[in-house]
Amino acid sequence: MVMKKLKVLAAMSGGVDSAVAAARAVDAGHDVVGVHLALSRMPGTLRTGSRGCCTIEDASDAWRACEKLGIPYYTWDFSERFQEEVVEDFIDEYAAGRTPNPCMRCNERIKFAALLERALALGFDAVVTGHYAKVIENDRGELELHRAADDAKDQSYVLGVLTAEQLKHSMFPLGDTPSKDMVRAEAAERGLSVAQKPDSHDICFIPDGDTRGWLEEKIDMTEGAIVDTDGEQVGTHPGAQAFTIGQRRGLAIGKPAEDGKPRFVLEIRPKENTVVVGSRDMLAVDRITGIRPSWAGSPLAEEATGDWFDCRVQVRAHAEPVPGRARVTTADVDGASDVVWQIELNETIQGVAPGQTAVLYQATRVLGQVTIHKSINAQRLTHV
Amino acid sequence: MSRIYLDHAATTPVRPAALETFVTQAQRIGNASALHSAGRSVKLHVADARDRLAATLGAHPSEIIFTSGGTEADNLGIKGLYLAHRAAEETKNVVLATGIEHPAVADSLEWLAAHEGAQLVFVDVDAEGFVDLEAWRAALEAHRGRIAVATLMWANNEIGTIQPIAQVAELCAAENVDFHVDAVQAFGALPITFAPGITTMAISGHKIGAPVGIGALLVRRDAKPTPVLHGGGQERDIRSGTTADALIVAFAAAAEEATANLAEESARLAGLRDQLIAAIQQHIPQAKLQGPADGNYRLPTNVHFSFAQAEGDSLLFGLDMAGIESSTGSACNAGVSRPSQVILATGQDEAAARSTQRFSLGYTTTQADIDAVIATLPGVYQAAAKAGMTAETSSIRTANSHR
Repeated sequence: MVMKKLKVLAAMSGGVDSAVAAARAVDAGHDVVGVHLALSRMPGTLRTGSRGCCTIEDASDAWRACEKLGIPYYTWDFSERFQEEVVEDFIDEYAAGRTPNPCMRCNERIKFAALLERALALGFDAVVTGHYAKVIENDRGELELHRAADDAKDQSYVLGVLTAEQLKHSMFPLGDTPSKDMVRAEAAERGLSVAQKPDSHDICFIPDGDTRGWLEEKIDMTEGAIVDTDGEQVGTHPGAQAFTIGQRRGLAIGKPAEDGKPRFVLEIRPKENTVVVGSRDMLAVDRITGIRPSWAGSPLAEEATGDWFDCRVQVRAHAEPVPGRARVTTADVDGASDVVWQIELNETIQGVAPGQTAVLYQATRVLGQVTIHKSINAQRLTHV
Repeated sequence: MSRIYLDHAATTPVRPAALETFVTQAQRIGNASALHSAGRSVKLHVADARDRLAATLGAHPSEIIFTSGGTEADNLGIKGLYLAHRAAEETKNVVLATGIEHPAVADSLEWLAAHEGAQLVFVDVDAEGFVDLEAWRAALEAHRGRIAVATLMWANNEIGTIQPIAQVAELCAAENVDFHVDAVQAFGALPITFAPGITTMAISGHKIGAPVGIGALLVRRDAKPTPVLHGGGQERDIRSGTTADALIVAFAAAAEEATANLAEESARLAGLRDQLIAAIQQHIPQAKLQGPADGNYRLPTNVHFSFAQAEGDSLLFGLDMAGIESSTGSACNAGVSRPSQVILATGQDEAAARSTQRFSLGYTTTQADIDAVIATLPGVYQAAAKAGMTAETSSIRTANSHR
């Protein structure tokens, strides 16, 4: 197959993955331009370890990589969009007692929307990033999103939110690489100075990694009650909003549980400013209702029929996918009928929080995603 | 394809004559402060350069205080005068300025406010960037006896506005207020002199064709700004540091060349400027000229527009890809263009302040350069405006776009 020469925009974070992805796009014969996204309103900071957001050093690393590859480099300011679409959404979601995934949101709204749209308008055909995932064309000529060859680095989860249109303009040249070590080795071979740069972790706009502390500055929090599942108060918290389902740390509980076992956050009730706690096994759920669904590419035929389809369900970036089934239906969502995906798991999983994303797979293929709205334990319901 | 350079306000190519004299001087041995023959020889070249540079500004040679550049000169003038007055009189802590000063001035003022108790008084500018003379006079009166220093840029680096410096200097002199002028953009583009009524004046070498790393603060002979850098007591004990002799002689050479045929060269550049302005107005009706409409009060080297719907960095991208080097015009932070403070200060909104593009002409600019911009810009604008629209009307359906 003769590959078409495309005009592609390489989103350069300043890290090793995006640098190698850009290099491979150049090797593939594409016309590549490197762009670093300035996402912070205060870019004049320095990086500390694996943390930091679009620091001077990251921008400089991205630029140096582009010079090495002999491609033009620009910095584009998306700080305002990022603030509106990602940072404020993150705050709103926590304030509503949910647990958002800002990286996913950034992919959905910034990298493969705001940036992509601007790129298309300026004459580019696609955006190339250093994500570990594959876009594959199936027999019917439709695009599918798949897990990367390297299971340990696979990032298909955070791309699960991409739609067919977004996939059409996305290139992930690292998807086939068997391991990250090989990417680093390739970077070193190519003389890219970022070859040994540490991977980024945590949330880029919370530089010290203290999410709770950061949220406390943004959300008006007041002290409230921690209650057990019977409604009895067992302690107080400094503000319900910054907790997440499944959390154990940071719970000031005076009274020990009857069984003497540690207790975990089961539910956050922001309106009542209450945090509900219980034992670990109370966290286990096997039924999920997901809202705001999207297909990563073409929908399955079952979308129209409403039939159940087998799938594996992943609820966090590095969680083990769990087998089960799902179907598209409608349900009452906050007082209005809406399209939802009902998910039934063959086994229970823990730490499922409203606001999190459930990504559905068939083998390596990403089917799509939903935002978790409700989750329950069918077993427990029957027995209660 | 040869590239077209239209960012002379950021820095202009080094003039061959300046480079040649730099290289020759750099090969001479000796510290200009040394007392031996070699030192005296170097010192002589510096003294000669000081004379020549002073002559281009109608200044006395001893009024030239060499610095590392325009930023240092602005810092020294403003902080030096402020600190000297403040030390003499505790209640003298007011600084008079405008909201369109260069960051070298604006940030020095902010620093004085944050650390040295300065009270900043900003006099309004109009939509074209001109200072309000009546307001300036009123501010001088309102703060009589308490003003440590007043400052105004001769010509604005972004939108090219030429201020009525002579009148402002007169007003300040009448009130016996020290007046610092940032003349970095004016020197070499306008016939300027270190006129009476100006206490200190900043100029920069690399804006006129000297290498980067040399500038000067002109300091009236009776003024004694407090030093910012302390050390060996060079430059009238106002600016310590080993004399940068090779840069100094290059600066003088560049200054002589830049001012030799100034009237003729200014007229040539103003002609090109006006062609570009007219063509942009004709081909891109959405573009709004920023700064003075009257070319007599605009730097002959400055063309600055805001382009409705287009982001400044999209325009820069498109032009750069087409081989034309321009600027969004405002200061960058880690390579990120910020909304222009100058445009905001002239009473316009953030959208206008983000959609700017500056073309700054210089001694190497030719008719062909301007023709190329005129031919390229409309297409670049179309694409950038399309890209800018995407911020409001998203065409890509995302997973949660109905939210």
